[in-house]
Amino acid sequence: MAKANELKSGDTLAGLGASSAQERVAARMLLSEVELSVFGENPAVPYESDEVTRTILDGLDRKVWDEVKSLAVGALRERLLESDGNEILRIGKGLPSEAIAAVAKLCSNLDLAVLSRRIPVDVRCRTRLGGMGVLSSRLQPNHPTDDPAGILASLRDGLSYACGDAVVGVNPADDTVGAVRRTMDTLTEYVHEVLGVPTQTCVLAHVTTQMEAIKAGSKADLLFQSLAGTEAGCKSFGISAAMLAEARAMQRELRADLGPQVMYFETGQGSEHSADAHHGIDQLVLESRCYGLARAFDPFLVNTVVGFIGPEYLADARQVARAGLEDHFMGKVHGLPMGVDVCYTNHMDVDQNDLESLAIQLASAGCTFFMGVPLGDDVMLNYQSTSFHDVAALRELLGRTPAPEFTAWMVREGVLDDHGHLTGHAGDPTWLDSRRRAA
Amino acid sequence: MKAAIPEALEALRNSTPARIGLGRSGPRPRTADRLAFLGDHAAARDAVHTQAPSDFPDRIKARARLRTMAGADRTLYLLRPEMGRRMHPEDVERLRDVVSPSPQVLVAVGDGLSSEAVSIQVPRLLPALLDNLRLEGFTQVAGPVWIVGARVGVLDHLGEILKPEVGILLVGERPGLATAQSLSAYMGWMPGPGKTDADRNVVSNIHDQGMPALEAAAVIASWAAAMARQRRSGVTFRPEG
Repeated sequence: MAKANELKSGDTLAGLGASSAQERVAARMLLSEVELSVFGENPAVPYESDEVTRTILDGLDRKVWDEVKSLAVGALRERLLESDGNEILRIGKGLPSEAIAAVAKLCSNLDLAVLSRRIPVDVRCRTRLGGMGVLSSRLQPNHPTDDPAGILASLRDGLSYACGDAVVGVNPADDTVGAVRRTMDTLTEYVHEVLGVPTQTCVLAHVTTQMEAIKAGSKADLLFQSLAGTEAGCKSFGISAAMLAEARAMQRELRADLGPQVMYFETGQGSEHSADAHHGIDQLVLESRCYGLARAFDPFLVNTVVGFIGPEYLADARQVARAGLEDHFMGKVHGLPMGVDVCYTNHMDVDQNDLESLAIQLASAGCTFFMGVPLGDDVMLNYQSTSFHDVAALRELLGRTPAPEFTAWMVREGVLDDHGHLTGHAGDPTWLDSRRRAA
Repeated sequence: MKAAIPEALEALRNSTPARIGLGRSGPRPRTADRLAFLGDHAAARDAVHTQAPSDFPDRIKARARLRTMAGADRTLYLLRPEMGRRMHPEDVERLRDVVSPSPQVLVAVGDGLSSEAVSIQVPRLLPALLDNLRLEGFTQVAGPVWIVGARVGVLDHLGEILKPEVGILLVGERPGLATAQSLSAYMGWMPGPGKTDADRNVVSNIHDQGMPALEAAAVIASWAAAMARQRRSGVTFRPEG
């Protein structure tokens, strides 16, 4: 199974990859003939010892599974390519994560893109997200010391480029309850009370910290958590399936105004290997299992962070691009509202052109949302991601707009025109405030 | 686009180091902003791949020039983290030749992900660190030894070989776009096999816009003394004073 992967440094590091190009192809030929039922009977980690496995298998649509489980992986690839988006979604509900990973291994980059593009997304928290003509973004106004004025400055800049329709999400530098509450309160006040932006807010602390902050009286629309594809990996993140269920139930009960989707998850190939929680399984399969775990909690947003982990897992632009397309595809087949943090660190062999090329590929493939970071330089996390300018350019390139409610608001505010294009006020971070002062 | 109100824009820009309020050319950044970004990335990339100057070990009066299993091969260093955590077998013997076993404190300097950070910060920090360690009452301070191809975990292999009471590794951090000159000091009480990140403490962000080198020297020395007194390091360690 692992030998059928495209070359990735993480598989090589773990001693799992193919040892020659011919062996890689031979492994794929063998894999193409494997019946899907094998993945139901032999999950990557045993059912008895791993709650991620249990979550995935217990949540399968048994009727669909019975219908498709005698297909071989190669035949499943063809079946998906011959299906429309709703049919792919229907089949996906019956597939264990290992089977979805297996079919990804047999797909070329364009296979992955064309299949992903067909799959519709329709989720709702405070606003609705999805739609074929929509390209959304998470506004990521991070600040190295969580300074409220600094966070709001980047937030104003991002909104002026019509970024932030998926969520305004801050990664906190300080993960304590007090600091997280301060950022939650800052976002709630400015985004919802002052401006009334039709979008979601989120502070990406550990889920237990967010729950404590909310119990203490602060508000956030989405609850966030990073996921791993094994129980041991989740343990290293300090989470369990029960904890995620508790978080979701709490938010659903407290916030009848939101939903039904209230969760936001991040994933990324290599994290289980990095935490020594991989059980000898390759990073692609483990990533797919993250999506199997995610779908049990009906999230509003999921994104893979492809390019953050370091060159020992994804060495160069080719490996990062492949992983980005695979993750987006696997998430979509799991039925998830899948975005991608297309990014790179400075110790890998990836540059700005590589990031932009992958963002174009993923946007063509129907990626639900990208990050929006001031000029792509995140001054808290010290990595480069997509920028406000990138989001604007991708929308122009592919004729996409932000989510409908957000677009309508931006038109009323004079940042977008009736065609959804940037106006003369776009790019001016003082515009929304000065307009209110003038009124 | 129309011009913003200059004072309001200036106030926003002063509130964050993020690259905001730059405006745009159509949907893309302006030329000067794009080129400045590329320049900062190039500096960060070069910092990762640059070796320290050949006279650097002499400048810091290194007792030995050593290498890990990865050594000067940066590709190997980046792709095989475990090789940067083990000393090269030939250098294990050399290390034993120049450093007596079981010192109170071992000071090692490693290139890490930025030899630029090391070559700028360590010459400022190291003399002050050695002075401060003496002031804290340490009489047996071994080193400094210079290690090419070092990852943080090499501290545990050094601990296994030399059995210091406190191990200190000064190492270059992963460069960000803002600076490639940031140094960290990783420290552990009785470093050795089986120890993990949870057993170490770090003084990070040692650079001109972060913690100045002289201040860092005092903090590192006082932590070393506190670790020796408390006989522990890592998540249960509490700095004193």
